[in-house]
Amino acid sequence: MRVAVPVFPGSNCDHDALHACGTVMGWETIPVWHQETRLPENTELVFVPGGFSYGDYLRCGAIAALAPIMADVKRHADSGGLVLGVCNGFQILCEAQLLPGALLRNESLRFIHADVHLRVERADLPFTRAMKPGEVFQVPIAHAEGNFTLDPADLADLEARGGVALRYCSPKGEIGEAHVPNGAMNGIAGIVNLGGNVLGMMPHPERAVDPKLGPTGGLGMFRSLAAAFARA
Amino acid sequence: MKVRVSVQLKPGILDPQGKAVEQGLHGFGFAVDHVRIGRLIEMDVPGTDPAEVKAKALAMCEKLLVNPVMEKASIEVL
Repeated sequence: MRVAVPVFPGSNCDHDALHACGTVMGWETIPVWHQETRLPENTELVFVPGGFSYGDYLRCGAIAALAPIMADVKRHADSGGLVLGVCNGFQILCEAQLLPGALLRNESLRFIHADVHLRVERADLPFTRAMKPGEVFQVPIAHAEGNFTLDPADLADLEARGGVALRYCSPKGEIGEAHVPNGAMNGIAGIVNLGGNVLGMMPHPERAVDPKLGPTGGLGMFRSLAAAFARA
Repeated sequence: MKVRVSVQLKPGILDPQGKAVEQGLHGFGFAVDHVRIGRLIEMDVPGTDPAEVKAKALAMCEKLLVNPVMEKASIEVL
């Protein structure tokens, strides 16, 4: 299993991704500088990490989406390769048009760091297949722009095609505005493309995988990826 | 030629910044409504034909300056 972690100026969750994939999961995990034009040979998963790429200038993720490495990330995605974007990585995937929608400023205007609960809406994906439909897991969020937005027609399409992979919920799995930390439409925390191989999410599963550092609610997603690779 | 691109959130897109500023203005007693915050981009674009320069600016909007999911732009050639 080979994982590539693109690193942009201002990425700051790249080491979390490297730790989770490399140290905790034991996968071969390679940081790739944004100026590179090719991913390492036989990359199976591209983990686009969180942070403040290019200082969030213009729009979050807008400049990173144009970085040289992103052309090869798109090629990887187009050929069915797995791409996981977390936090700023999600914003980058939206700006790169690998995923629909945009992440606006949180409704409260505040940067929010908190542990949140997520409900698995799609348990058939390489990112979630070790979990059950409706399963609830706890992971942290840390963002100022996580308010997922899409125009109403496209949002209806996204919901209809099962594009919502993860939704904010109560610890018991109840859905509702009270459980949405940032104002995201329909409580959307993570979405997946049509092919099911590109997933973007605001919460940080990679920050909840090592028992030495705290809770391990994010492990389900990494075990899912491990199962996906074992099968491939 | 000097070009000014004004980028605004589309109608219907929530603008929490605009809302916060609106509340701030209300605090000073200004009876304002529908405050929206955008971005103004100015640049020098080579060329002498305003239509041609505007077309270039439009291409820039499509490529980078505007996210059509949430924003719209108006272009002014000065």
